[in-house]
Amino acid sequence: MTKFGHKDLLGMRQLSVQEINLILDTAESLKAISARDIKKVPTLRGKSIVNFFYEPSTRTRTSFDVAAKRLSADTFSLSASTSSMVKGETLVDTARNLQAMRPDVIVLRHPSSGAPHMLAREVSAGIINAGDGINEHPTQALLDLYTIREKMGRIKGLKVVIMGDISHSRVARSNIIGLTKMGAEVTLSGPPTMMPIGIETFGVNVVADPAEAIWGKDVVMVLRIQLERQTRVLFPSIREYAAFFGLTREILQGANEGAIVMHPGPLNRGVEITPEVADGPWSVILDQVANGVAVRMAVLYLLIGGAKGDNVDQGRRSD
Amino acid sequence: MITWIRGGDLIDPVRRKKEALDVIIEGAKVLRIVPHGGFQEEGPHIRQIDASGKLVVPGLIDMHVHLREPGHEYKETIATGAKAAAAGGYTAVACMPNTDPPNDCRAVTEFILEQAERAGLVRVYPIAAISKGQAGEGLTDFGDLKAAGAVGLSDDGFPVVNSELMRRALEYAAFYGLRVISHCEDRALSAGGVMHEGVVSTQIGLAGIPDASEDIMVYREISLARLTGKPVHIAHVSTASSVQLVRRAKEDGIPVTAETAPHYFTLDHRRVMKYDTLAKVYPPLRTPEDVAAIKSGLREGVIDVIATDHAPHSPLEKAVEFDKAAFGMIGLQTALPLTLELVREGVLELTDAINKLSWAGASILGVPGGRLVAGGIADLTIIDPDYEYVFEPDRILSKSKNSPFIGQKLKGIAELTMVGGRVVWEKE
Repeated sequence: MTKFGHKDLLGMRQLSVQEINLILDTAESLKAISARDIKKVPTLRGKSIVNFFYEPSTRTRTSFDVAAKRLSADTFSLSASTSSMVKGETLVDTARNLQAMRPDVIVLRHPSSGAPHMLAREVSAGIINAGDGINEHPTQALLDLYTIREKMGRIKGLKVVIMGDISHSRVARSNIIGLTKMGAEVTLSGPPTMMPIGIETFGVNVVADPAEAIWGKDVVMVLRIQLERQTRVLFPSIREYAAFFGLTREILQGANEGAIVMHPGPLNRGVEITPEVADGPWSVILDQVANGVAVRMAVLYLLIGGAKGDNVDQGRRSD
Repeated sequence: MITWIRGGDLIDPVRRKKEALDVIIEGAKVLRIVPHGGFQEEGPHIRQIDASGKLVVPGLIDMHVHLREPGHEYKETIATGAKAAAAGGYTAVACMPNTDPPNDCRAVTEFILEQAERAGLVRVYPIAAISKGQAGEGLTDFGDLKAAGAVGLSDDGFPVVNSELMRRALEYAAFYGLRVISHCEDRALSAGGVMHEGVVSTQIGLAGIPDASEDIMVYREISLARLTGKPVHIAHVSTASSVQLVRRAKEDGIPVTAETAPHYFTLDHRRVMKYDTLAKVYPPLRTPEDVAAIKSGLREGVIDVIATDHAPHSPLEKAVEFDKAAFGMIGLQTALPLTLELVREGVLELTDAINKLSWAGASILGVPGGRLVAGGIADLTIIDPDYEYVFEPDRILSKSKNSPFIGQKLKGIAELTMVGGRVVWEKE
């Protein structure tokens, strides 16, 4: 009987273990809707959800859109190129204008860390952080946790390795916070140029060498390498990155039997992950995408479905 | 007309004394300083100011402010900055040249002095640019700038990247007795950074500015001062390593002086946790260990000066995403109470604190004031060290309100500020 008492979902940092479990449990009960013939329930009928994306995104944006529509909410999309941002309007002004149209939730993707936190202070609509700068991407972490729990039956006690550019990855940050909160044992691996100062304070191990890091792990999470960062001397070449830091079948063999491979997408095949690994039986990459819809339905439901503070069981009954 | 400031405790930051003395002022000068009861005249030509229970100190001198005029008058003008200075207990401020146009020629220096004259409050000392347009290429006309009234040289806001140019600046400036003030930042290392690089930047996903970006340039300036034998002043020291570098340099007899600002001994990087742009400043708020090192540096005299780096910004620059916000915070009205906090904590003796707020900066820049002596200028501040208040926005006289201390309880305030025998500020 946990309550979800938040107006916004800003990050994994703000969630308790109970709240994370509540979201995952809710997602589980909502996942079935997507498998039905008529993939729609009236739960959020009359609610308005704005997808406000300052950065290009296909997967996350579509996922939120599908999630909202399956719950019968009305969705509206704004992107940096169609919004007044290009006319020089500030984020706060744009948000206040949106607020005047009384949306229930604003889903924000923004290149500045902390932008959703600022918005949450300015508007009464619920804010869902769909990725802010290099800070957090909580719904990605939640769908990753969901997928791990679904595939492995638990999260607590699992050995998880996250590989790649930890410094500049909001997916990594949210997953590190989420996984450690849920009791997983987290190891980070990647070039030292991409390992942020003080990361050990998150309660993780750092093992630079990927083969060594993967050894004995249950979950291998590969991050997308942002090719444009090459100009910032973080690594010498894509070729070298692929050769020394990419996930190959060979090093994957060191993982535990039944280990799964995850990737938030989009894939750079042949860079951080070989096609063979991405498409192999261990890969749960497409499950992640499917679960993304269920988790986002759960988040929307918990934020604006029924009265604030409803618990799941009441929620289920009202379906 | 004679002004008699009676009953107060007079601070002499040079002799490091606090004594029960009255100050008698005639015109713009101090006439006499006498023990309580040593002056008895009365009459209509005598104005008495009761300072009993208060501190009477030489007018505070801030060697590092940004007054934004010319060019950014929507943030601050020389008049509004001077008003905030007077209310903060300052009788003189030295303003940095990063205006628009920058103060890199006689015309701008003279304009600043004219505007200060018009404001008629505190003394305003222009610091001129080291390089033309603060572009880091050719030197400005040091001689002409000095003749126009500039008291120091700095490319503050923009580090001088070219080490040879910096070397020549030190050598050439010494000929005119102008101190070169260095903003120490290796911009290749700090590029893209918006806060201190450390545990907090990692936690909240903001790009970091490593402490090394400051330390490297501090060492370069020390090295150039050693090479040339010419003095250099390090602006806004914020890191433990910089304190250590300056400490060693001083032990080695290298002519280096240094300043820090109250936010570097009061706040640390955790203040940024909620992406509060009011706490975004360059150099960034560092770690608690750095804060402790800054305090030791102040106590041991490694850091000579407490300056404000008063940097007004409007909501246009601050009510935006953290990484897009401007660096800087105002400080003229909070420096005194925050420095007195160090005295209460036992970090500094009161006389040392006043020294760092007045005499030290005056002697580095070679400007008058910084101590009260018979025959000297009558620039002074009466401080009520026990006055407690919440720092509300309506107290702020600066045109901009970008202070991270808003809403905080402060203790100690300037009750009266006098410049050249004239009262320019009196607390309600």
